[in-house]
Formats: sequence, structure tokens, C-alpha cells
Amino acid sequence: MAHDLGFWTLQALNALQLSMLLFLLSIGLTVIFGLMHFVNLAHGSLYALGAYFAASLAAIGGYWMGFFLAPVAVAGVGILLYSGLIKRMRKSGPMAQVLVTFGLIFALLDLTRIFWGDLALAIEVPALLDGRTAILGIEYPTYRIFIIALGLFIFGALAFVLGRTQIGAMIRAGVDNDAMAACLGINVERLFFIVFCVGCALAGLAGVVAAPLLSVTPDMGLQILIPTLIVIVIGGLGSLKGAVTGSLIYGFVQTFGAVLAPQLASVLIYALLAAVLVIKPVGLFPAKG
Amino acid sequence: MLELNAVESGYGETQVLHGLTLEAQTGRVLAILGRNGAGKSTTLKTIMGLLPLKSGQIAFDGKPIAGRPFDIAKSGIAYVPETRDIFPSLTVRENLEIAAKRFGSNGADWTMERVVDLFPRLGERMDNGGTQLSGGEQQMLAIARALLMNPRLLILDEPTEGLAPIIVKLIHDKLQELKEAGLSMILVEQNFGFATSLADDVVVVGKGQIVWTGSSDDIRADDTVQHTWLGV
Repeated sequence: MAHDLGFWTLQALNALQLSMLLFLLSIGLTVIFGLMHFVNLAHGSLYALGAYFAASLAAIGGYWMGFFLAPVAVAGVGILLYSGLIKRMRKSGPMAQVLVTFGLIFALLDLTRIFWGDLALAIEVPALLDGRTAILGIEYPTYRIFIIALGLFIFGALAFVLGRTQIGAMIRAGVDNDAMAACLGINVERLFFIVFCVGCALAGLAGVVAAPLLSVTPDMGLQILIPTLIVIVIGGLGSLKGAVTGSLIYGFVQTFGAVLAPQLASVLIYALLAAVLVIKPVGLFPAKG
Repeated sequence: MLELNAVESGYGETQVLHGLTLEAQTGRVLAILGRNGAGKSTTLKTIMGLLPLKSGQIAFDGKPIAGRPFDIAKSGIAYVPETRDIFPSLTVRENLEIAAKRFGSNGADWTMERVVDLFPRLGERMDNGGTQLSGGEQQMLAIARALLMNPRLLILDEPTEGLAPIIVKLIHDKLQELKEAGLSMILVEQNFGFATSLADDVVVVGKGQIVWTGSSDDIRADDTVQHTWLGV
């Protein structure tokens, strides 16, 4: 099978699809960290919440209702977390932030258990995206192509906003030097709030689109947290380029590792992480040079 | 225009300013002189809200100054820090626009065209990254960016530090132009000649307090204060 071109195309598409999912998660986390030096370990829990909201909304109004409303609902949860906890924790240092957001993971985990129970939920792939599509000489699940396209679209949109618009320039300035940005009359706190909400919504969106592929379980947020952290450490903190590169590296190493060296697959990505930390501790494309 | 009264401030536990009182007047240039570590930059950072005001008052146009740097900037004070703090991820144009778009309402004094007229060098480097500039160009950009905030008071922290003499001369001439146009300025400088030729009023800071007040002519004639507090 390894000599079959279609096989490699299939694996490459699988890798790309995993990468795009990780990208949706890591971009919010990395920019939040870069802009405000805030460590939000509960970011993965927002992904799980996105999947649960999507499951409930899909039961009422179908997949697309979940697709559009669940990210908004997750952003709403983000606003509650921000005004209730995170705003007060802004100046309390990384240790306290890690402890509080780590605690939040378990609080949210149990809340999802209380509301939705322990059993895994499933969402159907919407009819429009069901089935397979011919691409690059193989038949590939249409829904996975949709995830790849969505990831690329979000990447393009964020690249445009961050690179070409005034608010993007303000965000980059805030990541570079928040004190100077404030001295130029930029309300860095409000900027952070907006970025935080968008980051939460994207985490929720990742949960929504992942839901039909995986089963929706309370610990899905915990499972995705480590890959997301690996992505942003490899990519470098605070940058879009870092998030997308880190996601691609993780997606391809993980997917091809599992195919080519199954015994090594679980170790490979950690070895790569260690190598990056030794050779370039700040990551490949950190926002601050 | 800007009054500091018995200001105490510093970094964390380390207090640097011990009851500093000074006044900057409208349309005039005030130079703050003093040795390294006397509290000059700390004074500017406290004015900008970058360091917490532990005690005392700061008033701008008679009104107590608001606490956060963002509000202080909005009230009309522009700051050119010692480290220039050009945003490395932004191009020269973006560095300027970030100030221009926020403060450049219709009929504003300073526009992109006008700062490029003031520093033609920046016009040639508009699409360069913020970090690709020489020290002198970074200083020009920092000043241009501050002017685009159309401030009523411009605060400069050691604008000549680390620059070649020819660039120091250029910065001097440009600041002289701004002064003649009536812009109020506070200038912290180690370069005694530069500072006294630009400033109308001079204060000397020593150990976190004002130890001498007078005019530029006064301090040039006063060897004792130069010796005791400046080591000139």
C-alpha cells in the first residue's frame, strides 16, 4: 500500500484536516497569550463546550444551527469567565493563572457531566456534507474536506485582519509592546477582551466541527489541550504564522508517524517538541523576535 | 499646563521619587536634568501612568490626571520613550498610522504628509519593517508617531541617546521648529548643551526631588549646580 500514490494523498489530507482543527484551537490561545501574557489552560474546555452546545442545538435545529450558534454561545461563556475570573487574574502572575485555569478545566468538566451526562454524544454529519468527493485522484469524505476548507478560510480571514486592517495593526502593536501601545491611546484591555472573545468562539467552532468526527465526551477538552500547547510552543507564542506552522507540523508528524512508525508515533511529537525547545526555545515564529 | 505635586513613585518596592514637585508651562520647553538614576525617566513614566503614583498629585490643565496610560494619551500627552519602542511587527507606515488614525480627525494639525515633510527620510522607508531602521531613523519615527497624536504636550526621554552627532543636530533643529510652532514639551536629556539650547526652563533632579529650578541661561552660568548635580 505504501507505494500507492492515493494512499499518501489520503494521509496528507488526514494530516491537513487534523492540522486545521488544531489551528482553530491554537490561534486563539496563542494570541491571547501573546497579547496579555495570560495562560488560559481552560481553552480546551471551551472546545468541549462548543461540541456539547452543537450537540444540543443540532438536536433542536439541525447541524447548521449548532454550527452558527455554538461558537457564539462559547464566546458568551468566555465573556462570563473573563469578567468573573480572568480580568481579576490579569496581574497575578503565571503561576496563579495556571492554577486557576487548571481548576477551571475540572469545574467545566463536571458541569458538562451534570448537564449532558457521562455518555458520549454523537452528531450526524449534515446531509449537504455527507458522502465522499473525488479529490486529487481519491475519494475523500466531504465533511473532512469541509474542515480543511474552513480552516484555510479562517486562516485567510485572520491573516487579512491581522495583516491589513487597523485593528490587526493594533493587535500586533499590543503583542509587541503593550505599554507603548497604551501610550498611543490604544485601549489594550478592550482589545484583549475582543481577542479573547474571538479566540473563545474559534475554540467553540473547533469543537463544533470536530463533533461529528469524534464522539462528544466530557474529557475531550482535556485530550486536545496537550496537542494545542505543543502546537503553540513549537510555533512560537503570539503569532498567526507560528500557530499555522505548529499545527501543520503536529498534524503531519502525528499522522505520518502513526503510518510509518506506529511504535514511535506517540513519542515522535514529544521528541520534536524537545528538539525545538533545545534548538529554538522561543519556537519557530514567535511574535516577539 | 502640567503640575506634579509631592509625587512619590518607583518600581515595585523600590521608591525612586521622594516628593517631586515641578510645573511645565504652556508653550514652553522644560528640560529635566540630573545624573543617571536621579529619577528623570521615572518622572516621565509616572506622568504617563506607566508607573503607579504612590502619593502626591499630577494635574494636566488643572485637572487630576487619569490613571491609565491610554486615558492619559487621550487627554493630549504624547510620549517618546528612551527606548523609542518602535513596534517591530509593524511597518513604518503602520507605526505612524496607528497614531494618525486615532488622533488625526479632520483639521488635525499633524498629518502623515506633514510628518514626512518634517522627516523626509521616513517617507523613503514607509514600507520597511520597524526593526530595519537605524537608531536615528527609529528616533525620527518615534517623534513623528508622537506628533501624529496631535498632542498638547510632547514628552521626550533622552532623544539623542546613542545617536551620531549629525543626527543629534537634525533632531535638535526639528525640535527647535516644533518649539517655535508653540508646542509644549518636557525633555529629559543627558546632553547638557542640547537640552539647554532647546529649553526655556530647567529643573535638576537629584535623589528623587527637584534640587534646582531656573532658566537655561541661569544654569549655563551656574558652575556650582553643574558640578554638584550634573557632574558637567
